[in-house]
Amino acid sequence: MIRVTLKDLLGRKLRLLLTSLAVVMGVAMVSGTFVLTDTINAGFHAIFAVAYTNSNAVVTGKAVFGGSADAPSFPASTLTRIEKLPGVAAAAGGVEAAAQFVGANGKVVAHGGAPGLGFSVDPDGDQRFNPLKLVAGSWPSSSDEVAMDANTADSLHVRVGDRVGVIVSGGSEHRYTLSGVADYGNSTSLGGATIAIFDLATAQKLFDKPGELDEIDVAAKPGVSNAKLLSQIQSVLPPHTQVRTGQQQTQASVNNFGSILSIVRYVLLAFGGIALFVGSFVIANTLSITVAQRAREFATLRTMGASSRQVRWAVVLEGFVTGLFASTIGLFVGLGLAKGLEALFRAAGVTVPVTALVFATRTVIVSLAAGTIVTLVASLWPALRATRVPPIAAVREGAVLPPSRLARFGPAVALVVCALALALLCIGGFVDALATGVRFLFAGVGVLGLFVGVAMVAPSIARPLAFVLGWPATRIGGVAGSLARSNAMRNPARTASTAAALMIGLALVTAVAVLAQGLRASVVGSVTSEFRGDYVLTSENGFTPTSISSADALRKAGVATVVAGERAGDGRAFGQTIQVAGLDPGLSSLLLLRWKHGTNASMATLGRDGAIIDTGFAKSHHLVVGSPIELETPAGRTIKLTVSAVFSPPEAEDPLGTVSISSRTFDSLYANPQNVFALIATPGGVSTANTARLNKVLSSFPDAKIQTEHQFINSQEQGVNGILDLLYILLGLSIIVSLFGIVNTLVLTVFERTRELGMLRAVGMTRRQTRRMIRHEAVVTALLGATLGIPIGVGLAALFGHVLKGIPFSVPWGTIVVFVLAAILVGLLAAIFPARRASRLNILNALQYE
Amino acid sequence: MNAAGAVVSAVDLTRRFGEGDTAVEALRGVSLEIEPAELTAVMGPSGSGKSTLMHILAGLDKPTSGTVTIAGESITSMDDNALTHLRRKHIGFVFQFYNLLPMLTAEENIKLPLSVAGQKVDQAWFDELTTKVGLADRLKHRPAELSGGQQQRVAVARSLVAKPTVVFADEPTGNLDTKSSAEILALLRDMTAAYGQTIVMVTHDPRAAAVAARIVYLLDGRIVLDSRGASEAEILKTMNELDTLAPT
Repeated sequence: MIRVTLKDLLGRKLRLLLTSLAVVMGVAMVSGTFVLTDTINAGFHAIFAVAYTNSNAVVTGKAVFGGSADAPSFPASTLTRIEKLPGVAAAAGGVEAAAQFVGANGKVVAHGGAPGLGFSVDPDGDQRFNPLKLVAGSWPSSSDEVAMDANTADSLHVRVGDRVGVIVSGGSEHRYTLSGVADYGNSTSLGGATIAIFDLATAQKLFDKPGELDEIDVAAKPGVSNAKLLSQIQSVLPPHTQVRTGQQQTQASVNNFGSILSIVRYVLLAFGGIALFVGSFVIANTLSITVAQRAREFATLRTMGASSRQVRWAVVLEGFVTGLFASTIGLFVGLGLAKGLEALFRAAGVTVPVTALVFATRTVIVSLAAGTIVTLVASLWPALRATRVPPIAAVREGAVLPPSRLARFGPAVALVVCALALALLCIGGFVDALATGVRFLFAGVGVLGLFVGVAMVAPSIARPLAFVLGWPATRIGGVAGSLARSNAMRNPARTASTAAALMIGLALVTAVAVLAQGLRASVVGSVTSEFRGDYVLTSENGFTPTSISSADALRKAGVATVVAGERAGDGRAFGQTIQVAGLDPGLSSLLLLRWKHGTNASMATLGRDGAIIDTGFAKSHHLVVGSPIELETPAGRTIKLTVSAVFSPPEAEDPLGTVSISSRTFDSLYANPQNVFALIATPGGVSTANTARLNKVLSSFPDAKIQTEHQFINSQEQGVNGILDLLYILLGLSIIVSLFGIVNTLVLTVFERTRELGMLRAVGMTRRQTRRMIRHEAVVTALLGATLGIPIGVGLAALFGHVLKGIPFSVPWGTIVVFVLAAILVGLLAAIFPARRASRLNILNALQYE
Repeated sequence: MNAAGAVVSAVDLTRRFGEGDTAVEALRGVSLEIEPAELTAVMGPSGSGKSTLMHILAGLDKPTSGTVTIAGESITSMDDNALTHLRRKHIGFVFQFYNLLPMLTAEENIKLPLSVAGQKVDQAWFDELTTKVGLADRLKHRPAELSGGQQQRVAVARSLVAKPTVVFADEPTGNLDTKSSAEILALLRDMTAAYGQTIVMVTHDPRAAAVAARIVYLLDGRIVLDSRGASEAEILKTMNELDTLAPT
């Protein structure tokens, strides 16, 4: 019996292939994600392993809270103390900061979004800890020299002895003589990052870390164990520092990137999951149709003595083999996809270090299991249907499967599923008492349930809907159109489940589009209503902070009436990590806020210990004007503040921090403070002359960018659009899966109606009309998917907008029209192959077909 | 199996389709005993109930009332599992449209009843059977590569491979040309002669019925005549006069 099933499956290659396509996509996404993230992880691991090859111990600053990015520097005297330890053979210390090279065009050099790193080197010291290997020239040894990585030297076309411009922390450009060029480990670059290397003294001065270090690498004397070395070092460490072994430090550094990477991984896996979910609908539908079509075959097997259980397992086995086959293909397509995704990231400006593609055992197992299980589960329902084929169907023409005993409960069950799903969604959407994670879990399960529920209800409403949606077809397509509409209506269950797959993709795309529209509207709205400046000063890319010195330069040059910057950092108060903002007093006239207690002028009168807090923070910690707050920085500094004003943040973007203090206080608390943006008012407002004057002052600040308020809004919108495009691409995968679903249904339907098509051709239907008929049926099915999916998407967006707060509900009607057109396009594309098959049927054969 | 007694016996079968005004009485009290090692033809015009009778005799359909016994076992009250086992052991089928699985070769199709039952193939019997039906050189062909007559010969071999107590043939020549029909009919007759195979054949073709040892005529759901063998001409005549035989 197993052999019979397998032979049967292999005998119908087209069916196997079409069914498989529904799973291949999702599995490819899953395996591609794993391969990509594993590969990136391996890349980072390789980088850090090189850095710590010769380090038995590594000393770094330790943030009180938050990540290593906030780790404070520590006194350089620590190095002297460590060198004196009995177990230490050698030790070297260094500092690091953001540093970028300036190209011939006056702009900073960045390779695809990779950062610009600044390192220090001791030119006369022990180089065993230095992952950089000189390939030309020598290490910088004076305050006038810099070395760089070979990759950057190539792209800048500079050689040892040339003069190059460097900026540190987004400040003004300084020029140095290139003393040497180095490789990182065995590679010419560090994942695309540019590296500027100064001698230690110069670096400490440039990076504003006088007498401080960020890292000390230590080698142990022979015979001294790591544990012993670590405990010796531990005894001389100053506060806010930590010591790890070289391996631990490598792992810690990798984990640092790993946390971002795992977010990327889960997001991509979620989209793979969605594609598999859609695929399961397609599989279930395809198998259901084939089971109905093979009723006679199953019945014949029954008359030969096959038990109903054997028939059931034959279908399940078919599902299993199809799943395994499709998953295997998907696994390898995923390898290709990983390459594609990497290109996508690269296009989005994220350069990732790449070693050879990592193909882990886990990838193989998870991908195969995911695809096979999804297919297997999807085959259970069709298998049950197959069980109900009575042996007598072997001798009856056009045998109809008897309805299941539970069929009459179908609509009731569907409604219950819908109701449960909606209940879950409402709990997720409206019960504020639950944690956000729990709410999202409820909402997520609710969304899946809703899709299943609507798919179950759909057969009951498919007939009238198809009647309405097919009306244009009857007008446009004539007889072919009318027949198409009738065909779409005559097996509503089939049409509905085919449409359900498309419904899911369209619902998600619509939800994303509506949310994005809301996000855009809120960004534009808040910027428009709050910003009272004429210009905005940001860094070149807009999301990294920019130097305070550029704002200072504008102020000094007298080209603006007001220049006011805002700093941002993490802080901790009442045991809660919060956003801390540092406000220049000038913001009081350029940033218009709504106040619960206080006025706009409160921003200018913060003094040394005044704090503006938002209403949410005030409420959760019962704070009023005059309440004391103790604020702690990641570096471990604390300050006592007094609440001087409370403001009501707008729904969307909070222009201030949870706690905002004066920029002067901020600068005394945080090392290396930078502006996230600065607002500028000019005499006479925006004008070409003013723009030119501002840009002239900023010409020595390669990473500073001046935008008018209007341009600033546009670039903010563009950021939203970029994310939106990425989501569209990822959800497009699910739409493609549902497209294959329509192809499947139509191919099987054409096969089923062979005789009917032959009759139609015999009575004079042309090939063109035949193709048109299939095409219209596909479009009606696709429109049915759109009719179900788009409203669900709008509803979901309204709900999730509510959960996410601050995202106002705004329907992008133009985009929705585009989606409807896209659905029609999906229908047309899906119809191409089946329509060709239908139109090429040999009339005589079709009529004789038994 | 009781060699002397009937292989299949039906007592007072009725079968009603549908409810109320649209109800159709397909069988109105049919009792019948099928003798072993004999080819019995069930004749009758369209709508006479002959197909329904065969479906019920073979356990494919349940009667509204009455009982059917095959090889001593009452099948009318059997559940699906018991019927499955009954089919494996006692019943073979030959269909009008062959019902071969298109992806399997002739050999695989013939062995199918043994495959689904998980039984070993008696190779000697298989060889003899395939030689007898004249397919020894066609075993590796798929149904699509065989003519209608050849396909039906595969089906006949398939029905016999498990040596069932009784073979039910449903219009076995209904889809064949004259020459192929004759070959299949000869084959069926040979099977009773050579192996003592009990065969029940439903047909409306007088030429097919002519090879039967016994012919049961059905009209409007009743047996109107039960005769020992007859020639094609006699059968035609009987068919034309069937109305007059109907009980009033």
